[in-house]
Amino acid sequence: MKLNKILKNALLVLLACFALSACATKKVSTSQIQGDVYTGTDTVEYLASGVPDRVFFATNESVLTTASRETLRKQAAWLRKNSDVTIVLEGHADERGTREYNLALGERRANAAKDYLMTYGISSDRISVLSYGKERPVDSGSNPLAWSKNRRSVTVKAN
Amino acid sequence: MGKSKNYLISFLIILLFPVKSFGLIEVDITRGNLNPLPVAVSPLSIDDKSKKSFEKLLKKKNIGSEISLIVENNLKTSGLFNPLDKNAFLQAPDIANLKPRFEDWNLIKAQALITGKVSNFEDKLRVEFRLWDVLAGKEMMALAFTTVPNNWRRVGHIISDKVYERLTGEKGYFDTRIIYVAEEGPKTKRIKKLAIMDQDGANNKFLTLGNELVLTPRFNPTSQMVTYLSYFRNLPRVYLLDIETGIQEVVGDFPGMTFAPRFSPNGKKIIMSFAKDGNSDIYTMDLENRIVEKITNHPSIDTSPSYSPDGKYICFNSDRSGYQQIYVMKSDGSNVKRISFGKGIYGTPVWSPRGDLIAFTKLHKGKFYIGVMRIDGSGERLLTENYYQEAPSWSPNGRVLVFYRETKTDDQGKGFSAKLWSIDLTGYNERILKTPTDGSDPSWSSLLSK
Repeated sequence: MKLNKILKNALLVLLACFALSACATKKVSTSQIQGDVYTGTDTVEYLASGVPDRVFFATNESVLTTASRETLRKQAAWLRKNSDVTIVLEGHADERGTREYNLALGERRANAAKDYLMTYGISSDRISVLSYGKERPVDSGSNPLAWSKNRRSVTVKAN
Repeated sequence: MGKSKNYLISFLIILLFPVKSFGLIEVDITRGNLNPLPVAVSPLSIDDKSKKSFEKLLKKKNIGSEISLIVENNLKTSGLFNPLDKNAFLQAPDIANLKPRFEDWNLIKAQALITGKVSNFEDKLRVEFRLWDVLAGKEMMALAFTTVPNNWRRVGHIISDKVYERLTGEKGYFDTRIIYVAEEGPKTKRIKKLAIMDQDGANNKFLTLGNELVLTPRFNPTSQMVTYLSYFRNLPRVYLLDIETGIQEVVGDFPGMTFAPRFSPNGKKIIMSFAKDGNSDIYTMDLENRIVEKITNHPSIDTSPSYSPDGKYICFNSDRSGYQQIYVMKSDGSNVKRISFGKGIYGTPVWSPRGDLIAFTKLHKGKFYIGVMRIDGSGERLLTENYYQEAPSWSPNGRVLVFYRETKTDDQGKGFSAKLWSIDLTGYNERILKTPTDGSDPSWSSLLSK
């Protein structure tokens, strides 16, 4: 299963490389996407200095990338320091899927983030999960970059 | 409240003459609308006294003409009929209703003729109408109704249904309503309200205020109840709404998001998804005894369930194969079988009220399709292709699908819209449904008068 995912991600990166070389003349700003996952900081807000509030996902995926895990470890450290804070993990999908499936996918993504925070010692009592599916995009564009920004789980302070 | 009561008042329908089954005109609805049947809808005649009384009551100058306009519009939008220009009619409405001069109607190439009469009978609206076969020179049908004057639009729809049924051999779908989500505002913070309208777009009414996000309303096939998803207090849950009384209640007591609700064919159960710990499974809740049953049990996303009309099977979509595909199982959750095997991903399966087909949304190579397949997955037919469209809902006779379509935005994110569309099962006759605001997630009611 894990190996499968790694292979799949590798394939995605490879595909992205092809896409990059194919679009080189068109100057598409794909440098902010790696392996179908958004790596930029345009839409990112901060829970505290150096603690980004969100992680991004590949199309149809809920697997956390290395960068996402790093972000979540920072969030966990911040949450351990601020033990009175409770959070809502808001899971989102891009617009290229059916509404109901996207609601489920958003929930799955937010739970991927939740599980990771819990392995770093954050109690599930402090975390609630809310899926918005494709209902609340941050970027209203209809292009791969906009979609990659919208495939996200955002950690929001609840109190 | 007062208005909604109208739906409770039954129509008094009298058969004026026994219908004889001649081998008269027939419309084949299994084929495209390449040759819509030319039909003359003569304005319903009305005496001066009735005309004045209804003008006062309904603020319509000539209620007879208004009703025939509804009939004309319904027949036209079905794509099966071609209503002829009234200016070419030679015979006056009152005389035509008594005895049409078939040569005159033949001259303008009408094959069917609808005539009728409206009168005020003890402050009720009395309507009689007749359907004639012009070529054979024979009456095909004659009916009379009496109802409260406020029901005048429904009279037009019922006449349309009777004509459709007589000429095609199948039930009509005009005396129906559509519930949908009315949308406004920027794509990043859409305001969504439940709205309901007649099938032809008239009598649009908003049912919620837009304070919370609402999605996916669906009619109970047996009553004026609706089930939908609301984000009330930021807790996405399945709700029930009685559109006669406005009373709402949350369905069940689930410790997490419930979504994708639909009624069972007898209206007594709700089937939906419940998401917990990253996994969505399908559940039912009996509305009488509140018993909850878990139908699927799989670590994948199982959602968008829809019952077969006999209640024995459920179709749904699941990503257990890696991607969203359509599955069919027995209503107790046993015998799960994948039925979609074409290229691309498949979602939102909905079982036809006729039982023979499943409509779906398909995504393949960046395009969205609305299509139908047989219940074993064979005979896949794609009806329409677009940038984004999904969520088909069947007309009660299983001949038309209504769905919604979203536009692609430009690089600044401008130009977004969401509209309701309909298309025939034949793949012809694609039409936009006019709504006061943008719209999505349409659901078609059963026939209001059966």
